[in-house]
Amino acid sequence: MGDKSSGAKKVSRRKFLVRGGLGTIGVLAIGTYIFRNAIRREILGTVNSLEMPYTDNTDQPMVWFEVTSENNIVLHSPKMEMGQGAFTGIAQMAADELSVSMQQIQVVHAASSTGNVDSFATGGSTSISGLWQPLRELSAMLRMMLLKEASQKLNIDVTQLQIDDGVISGTGKSLTYAQVAEGVKNWEVPDTPKLKSLKEYKYVGKPIARVDLDAKVFGDPIFGMDAQMPDMLYGAVIRPTKIGSIFVSADIATAENMPGVVKIVVEEDFVGVVAKSMIEAENAKNAINVTWDSYKDLNTEAITKIITVGNGKSTIIQKNGDSLNEEGDLVRLEFRTPIGAHAQIEPNGVVASVDGDSAIVKISTQVVGITRKEVAKRLGLDTDKVNIIPTYLGGGFGRRLHTPHAVQAAVMSKAVGKPVKYFFSRKEEFQHDMFRPPTHHVIKGKLNADGLLHGLEHEFVSGDVGNNSALIPNFLPPIIGADVGAIRGGFIQYSGIPNFKAVYWHVDLPFATSWWRSLGLLANTFAMESFMDEMALKANKNAVEFRLQQIADDAIGVRLKNVIKAAAEKANYSEEIINGRAMGFAASIDANTPCAQVAEVSIIDNEIIVHKVTVSLDPGLAVNPDQIRAQCEGCVIMGMSAVLYEQMFVEDGELTPTIYGPYQMALMKNAPKEIDVVLLQGKDTPGAVGEPPLGPIAAAIANAVRRLTGERLTELPLKLSKLTV
Amino acid sequence: MEISLTINGMLKTVDVEDENTPLLWIVRDLLDLKGTKFGCGKAACGACTLHVNDEAVRSCSYPVKFVDGKKVTTIEGLGDRENPHPVQQAWIEEIVPQCGYCQPGFMMATAALLNKVPNPTDEDIDNNIINVCRCGTYYRMRKAIHRAAKLQAEINTNETKEI
Repeated sequence: MGDKSSGAKKVSRRKFLVRGGLGTIGVLAIGTYIFRNAIRREILGTVNSLEMPYTDNTDQPMVWFEVTSENNIVLHSPKMEMGQGAFTGIAQMAADELSVSMQQIQVVHAASSTGNVDSFATGGSTSISGLWQPLRELSAMLRMMLLKEASQKLNIDVTQLQIDDGVISGTGKSLTYAQVAEGVKNWEVPDTPKLKSLKEYKYVGKPIARVDLDAKVFGDPIFGMDAQMPDMLYGAVIRPTKIGSIFVSADIATAENMPGVVKIVVEEDFVGVVAKSMIEAENAKNAINVTWDSYKDLNTEAITKIITVGNGKSTIIQKNGDSLNEEGDLVRLEFRTPIGAHAQIEPNGVVASVDGDSAIVKISTQVVGITRKEVAKRLGLDTDKVNIIPTYLGGGFGRRLHTPHAVQAAVMSKAVGKPVKYFFSRKEEFQHDMFRPPTHHVIKGKLNADGLLHGLEHEFVSGDVGNNSALIPNFLPPIIGADVGAIRGGFIQYSGIPNFKAVYWHVDLPFATSWWRSLGLLANTFAMESFMDEMALKANKNAVEFRLQQIADDAIGVRLKNVIKAAAEKANYSEEIINGRAMGFAASIDANTPCAQVAEVSIIDNEIIVHKVTVSLDPGLAVNPDQIRAQCEGCVIMGMSAVLYEQMFVEDGELTPTIYGPYQMALMKNAPKEIDVVLLQGKDTPGAVGEPPLGPIAAAIANAVRRLTGERLTELPLKLSKLTV
Repeated sequence: MEISLTINGMLKTVDVEDENTPLLWIVRDLLDLKGTKFGCGKAACGACTLHVNDEAVRSCSYPVKFVDGKKVTTIEGLGDRENPHPVQQAWIEEIVPQCGYCQPGFMMATAALLNKVPNPTDEDIDNNIINVCRCGTYYRMRKAIHRAAKLQAEINTNETKEI
């Protein structure tokens, strides 16, 4: 795995237009980028280290900036804010290259009508890393344009001018950006200027408070659920409770005459109700009797049977040296992880307004471009007639990479000629999630005479993550042979081992599984790093030393070693049990970001308690160290929730449970009281942050439990057997 | 049915067809205060937490008829940018929110806790703050709750001095 920096992207075929607008002076910077399809470029072996660049394959102009009459900059972000702090990092990068203060930058979600639509998604931990080069270049370009214009207006040579907080001055005269921009008809577009040096940055690299902090502390109506439109009606869509149900018919007679009902919309693929109020829509929905066909009476056991290594089709995704034979002292362990729900607190919701040949959709989405395309296709409109207005996301986690509800709301709106708002009930969220797929892993290893691994093999099977997703072109899976999401973290990262192999098995599940924050990383690292711990114990070696001795000295290997050392040092890693507490160690690499964690665990009243987690992360250049720490803390807690509590079941053909509580999640009382984060910088550009810290947590906890009880727990959620407590 | 309530200090009368309508929807859709969130509709996540007569209530499962003649406070009435409540101030100082959706509910639950237990222990926090946060901001929230307790104590001390 090489350290492939994505810093070489250049702004190309740029053009800047000028447009006047209400309340704005009207500088609209517009540019397009070279399309670099990372997935096609880097197939297989390096997918694990993939850093998705910001990609765009459109020739359409894109609005990035507006200069307002108050001398502020409105930055239209193609990346969505879902808690990961993207807006703050984006504001820092732009403020520095534009020479304005943080207070002068207002980041907003780019509506698709700006043309600034991301061809990929907000996901994959790519927002800051992907925008690092292009956004700074665009910002610098705008600064140069304003500077040249000011030079003409003031009749002062550019070299005699300086900029401070959006004010250009020289020889006693000055103009604000707003004054410079006013009335300009033709802008001179410069070549990409030289960027400032890191030392010149006031904001990049600093732990600046989130730009959306006030809005979120004072309860501003910023989320998709809060969106409204004038004259809005409420919709509801009937969803089956059984897996695999196909709609046959609906008896709508009773519902049609219920109070408040405006229309029952019967389509080939769904039945919707539009009513004057949300409650009336729900009541009518409950009065519709739908006949569903061919549901399957499935249960968890049947799903587990499908998810078993050896089923389906296999692809070798990594191989080095010879295969392991069964002779000698071969260790073989199996691991399992369950179906996981996204369980984001904001349900999926949308407001759509279809009027003649155009549509407006307000929605919290991670895929503005795909949402737009799907709505346009269903309504038979050109994509430029559909304006997606994104809102803040009340949690993303991959759930909002699928937005068929936008299409349904648009169809209902078209049917009644008014805007329609609708959102999922919590039961619908749980039953119609695009789940984290269950997985099964078989890992084999053999030690040599020195107590190091002679060989290591990981075979695993998972439901779809990237396959069958609108984000992954259909032609890709047959070429790659593996699911680009499911294999994340499935590779052998101990490149010093002479013989290793990783094999992915593909099976089809009867319900939809998809992207869940960190994709395959959580499950794969749980299995791999639990196994490594078991081998360290067998070799009678310190778990940290055992790992360090088996990593090659290539670029990513050195960075991995450094995070391992840093975590062990910071946590004072010890294999002694002190005051009933044991430490568990684990490490992972995801999207070229290495992470190591130490979990301090005890068992109290038969429960696994996580007291403290030390995280060491090397995200490269830290644009906002505080937000990176926040992501580490969040990953640790979301991860431990999945590791200790979360599990969906299939009972009598239905996915269950359908409410928080029965779907147990980490609460305040469960969260570690201490989370200690160490950040390293092993490369000079920003890397992935939002997902990599989800890698080690499962094995770190399981390895601590192993040291406390002697029992190797091999299934998530981790449950102590009666024997050990 | 007409229901009178004092919402964030203002006396309002709302006309509801069904007196069992959850308070949440009256607050969000009739009174247009969107800070109180819908999460589950079954009082299981706490995103809809607000105060009725200074007690924390999960408004998604609280029939509106029970607030007649009572005082309702939502996140919008807890404090504002000029005069943040100590809980909001602490949330800002600890940079707590990530996605932010569950945070009003947590702040309302915390403010209610501090009214009863001005200096909560970790155990008090564990037992009383039982909302769900998916981003996993619990670690910072705990710090913010302790900080809010201190801020509130300082305000109370200052007020006492002035008397």
